[in-house]
Amino acid sequence: MTGLASPTLRKAAPAAGTTPGVPQGPPRPRRTALLPTAALVLGAVYCLLPVAWVVVAATKADDELFSTFSFLPGSGLGDNLTDLTAYRDGIYWRWMGNSVLYAGLGAVLSTVVSAFAGYALAVYRFRGRELFFNVMLTGVLMPPVILAIPQYLLMAEADLTDSYVSVLLPLILSPYGVYLGRIYAEAAIPAELVEAGRVDGAGEWRIFTRIAVPMLGPGLVTIFLFQFVAIWNNFLLPFIMLGDDEKFPMTVGLFTLLKQGASQPALYTLVITGALLAVVPLIALFLVIQRFWSLDLLSGAVKS
Amino acid sequence: MTQPPKGARRSYGVKTAPYAFLLPAAVLFLLFFALPIGYAVWLSFHRTEIKGNGLGKGAKSEVWAGLENYASALTDPEFLASALRVLGYGAVVVPVMLGLALFFALLLDSRRVRGRSFARLAIFLPYAVPGVIAAVLWGFLYLPDVSPLHHLLEKAGLPQPDLMDGGPLYLAMANIAVWGGTGFNMIVIYTSLRSLPAEVFEAATLDGCSELQIALRIKIPMVAPSLVLTFFFSIIATLQVFNEPTTLRPLTNGIPSTWSPLMKVFNDAFTGGNIYAASATAVVLALATFALSFALLRISNRRTTQGASR
Repeated sequence: MTGLASPTLRKAAPAAGTTPGVPQGPPRPRRTALLPTAALVLGAVYCLLPVAWVVVAATKADDELFSTFSFLPGSGLGDNLTDLTAYRDGIYWRWMGNSVLYAGLGAVLSTVVSAFAGYALAVYRFRGRELFFNVMLTGVLMPPVILAIPQYLLMAEADLTDSYVSVLLPLILSPYGVYLGRIYAEAAIPAELVEAGRVDGAGEWRIFTRIAVPMLGPGLVTIFLFQFVAIWNNFLLPFIMLGDDEKFPMTVGLFTLLKQGASQPALYTLVITGALLAVVPLIALFLVIQRFWSLDLLSGAVKS
Repeated sequence: MTQPPKGARRSYGVKTAPYAFLLPAAVLFLLFFALPIGYAVWLSFHRTEIKGNGLGKGAKSEVWAGLENYASALTDPEFLASALRVLGYGAVVVPVMLGLALFFALLLDSRRVRGRSFARLAIFLPYAVPGVIAAVLWGFLYLPDVSPLHHLLEKAGLPQPDLMDGGPLYLAMANIAVWGGTGFNMIVIYTSLRSLPAEVFEAATLDGCSELQIALRIKIPMVAPSLVLTFFFSIIATLQVFNEPTTLRPLTNGIPSTWSPLMKVFNDAFTGGNIYAASATAVVLALATFALSFALLRISNRRTTQGASR
């Protein structure tokens, strides 16, 4: 492959180098590089394949699922949706609502906590600053199960297991969120502006809400999305904490449905339709919010 | 109370404000991180002792067990088997996932490529799919009656492997992790590629370097820190694998309930009812994670300082 690719690349190289005077950005491409583009398209196809499959599979009726070719659409989408909605008085939509509640409320609270802590770590110089930050970061390394088992036992002591708060509370603090909050605040909020606010007689809280929060905008959206996805995708904690399936989030609900499917294959079409409906909102959220955030921010990279 | 002078009030505010801002995070950290960790460590050194016939109040009590739980955790054949399985799984997942992430990041960063934003979003998309649902989707695609692969192999008259058992199971499981994790790592690497100074590449191009040479000799060494970071997080995620094998279990008989160490811990705690043994295993896992992290950090620090002194 190298032998094939390098001659064309070499030939193109001087052409690309003939425009050193262009002030910004790479020189305008002269020709599409076919192999790299093909490789990227292949990667995209691989990533979209299961999603494309679930869109097709959700249209199949029970008997079509195991008998027709995987990517051939079926005739049962309407029935599947009705069946899913009818299943145990619409418990599926209850799970969906629970997921929205856990992820939505959890992500809002988490963003607030991360913004507070990140702002404090970025803007103030105080005793214990680095200690606090480092201790918090070791939380990233903690396997969730070492937390989840004692969290369950402690929740049981407090008589809080099998409740909404038992799933919501432990997920509010995200060490990664605090880390991102600190990085964004360091990059976005100039110390002079905070000082200027103080000289003008504004209190610390006022400076935070009026100056810092608006400047942190895209960073806060990123933390919110990151936490929303993390909580929406969470499985272990609700799996351990909850017994009553009325309180299940989508992930645990679908898992129990799949488990029952092992003895009742008719449930498989419900699982597939349910999986499609669970994936769609998140993808939609991503596409809609895309203009308000930048993927790059997720890696903690901020242009200064 | 006398009103303090303005300046004093301000500096008082500046002094207390950071602690006030940190308060929610600190309280949550103590309640949901520090306290459970401490409790888990405490549990790992204890066991229940049953007095008399084991009935009635006070018949069961928690007594100091020393390293007993650790000894049995470390010598438990099920635990060792699960650790070995996950090592084998990780040996596939980590290099393939990071290799692909680096490859796609370099492609996105190269000059004459089309469809950049589409590919970037498409490859990142699985990040938005919960692990449980990813396992459901792929699980069905692995089922012989549903899988397009089986369909094609059957048409071609070739033997069809059972993707949910034995050796192929590792690859099937690894594929789910690679599918779900490549995009995020790609973004991390791509971001650091884009922050590299463009002049270096222009100079290299003028010197007659091909894009491939630039990628291998300049770009990859310069993004080494983010490669270390992604490596680090991938290893941690691998050690903690739980959702995907748990989800696939109902579809096959090839996955035991203690397939991964976390599943073993879960099983001990909630099915076996031995929270003490489970805690000891969990603490061992946490210590292994820390040891790995520090080793990795030391290696990467040494490498970067060497690079700087040269």
